[in-house]
Amino acid sequence: MKIALATGLIIVLALGIYIGLRVSDSKWAGVDESVVEKFAVEANHPPWEPLINIERGDLPLLLFLLAGAAGGFTAGYYFRSLFPPKGKG
Amino acid sequence: MRINRRFRTVIAAITSLILLFLLFSLSDAPAYAMHISEGILPAWWAILWFAVSMPFLFLGLRQLRIRGLHNTQLKPMIGLIGAAVFIISCMPIPVPTAGSCSHPCGTGIAAIFIGPLLTVVVTSVALVLQALFLAHGGLTTLGANVTSMGIAGAFVGYGTFILVRRLSGRWWIAAFLAGLLSDWATYSVTSFELATALHGSAPFGKFFLTVLVAFMPTQVPLGILEGFLCVGAYRFILTRKPELLKTFSDNIA
Repeated sequence: MKIALATGLIIVLALGIYIGLRVSDSKWAGVDESVVEKFAVEANHPPWEPLINIERGDLPLLLFLLAGAAGGFTAGYYFRSLFPPKGKG
Repeated sequence: MRINRRFRTVIAAITSLILLFLLFSLSDAPAYAMHISEGILPAWWAILWFAVSMPFLFLGLRQLRIRGLHNTQLKPMIGLIGAAVFIISCMPIPVPTAGSCSHPCGTGIAAIFIGPLLTVVVTSVALVLQALFLAHGGLTTLGANVTSMGIAGAFVGYGTFILVRRLSGRWWIAAFLAGLLSDWATYSVTSFELATALHGSAPFGKFFLTVLVAFMPTQVPLGILEGFLCVGAYRFILTRKPELLKTFSDNIA
């Protein structure tokens, strides 16, 4: 019951975000761009190019995917160590 | 029983696919968030924020060494919390009320479980990796980002949790407020850092409030979300392995 409720909630949230994104004409920029950079540029302190510039084609997708996978694997590995399955504790 | 398990697996797979699709649909323009980008702060301010953050990092590393000697579960806990902070703090979440994206910080949750000083350590590692490989934040602004997310977020979250728990006695109110206020404290300190460095001839207070107000449409709902995340994480450990909370909270001070 709990799993069904949680799954339903996640699907409703996901659909809500999806519909919101399709309907809205906002740019959905990060607040680093819409707030931090905006004030920095106004103060004549625009950001520098990052040390490793990843803005090349689909490279950001790959790197964020790798970061998510590495973080997820690490979290899962230590999670199992802290919360072993029943019978293996 | 087997059908039920298969059904759950299918539902979980479909949900994961929907979420992955959403993440990718958002990623056509990389959306980063609160971290102050490379080069935005003038050199003296960047150095000052490094100087502010270093003692906390040093004390955190010292505590890691001391607590690690007596607690065998510290290493996996630090690994789990560090990975969680890394993922949470580079996960852009669209906020429909603002039409922009931002991320929670995860430092409130971290501070409740491992203490504020160790949270500074895991946040610093997460921020270095993000600055190097994800162009998220920057190396010159690392001190400022550690100060806002690692120090302010962790200490406000931890202090709130302890205080509210003692006053109200209800863990879920304490956990919710810890998550909420740690998020808002992070963004308030980011506003302060930007205002001190960039206000120029404009009055400092006015500039600070302008930046803070600009963060609010995105960060007010995300702070509430972070509050719920904190309650969920705390409840999970409380029901699954409550002795873990005792082990860690007894050793924080």
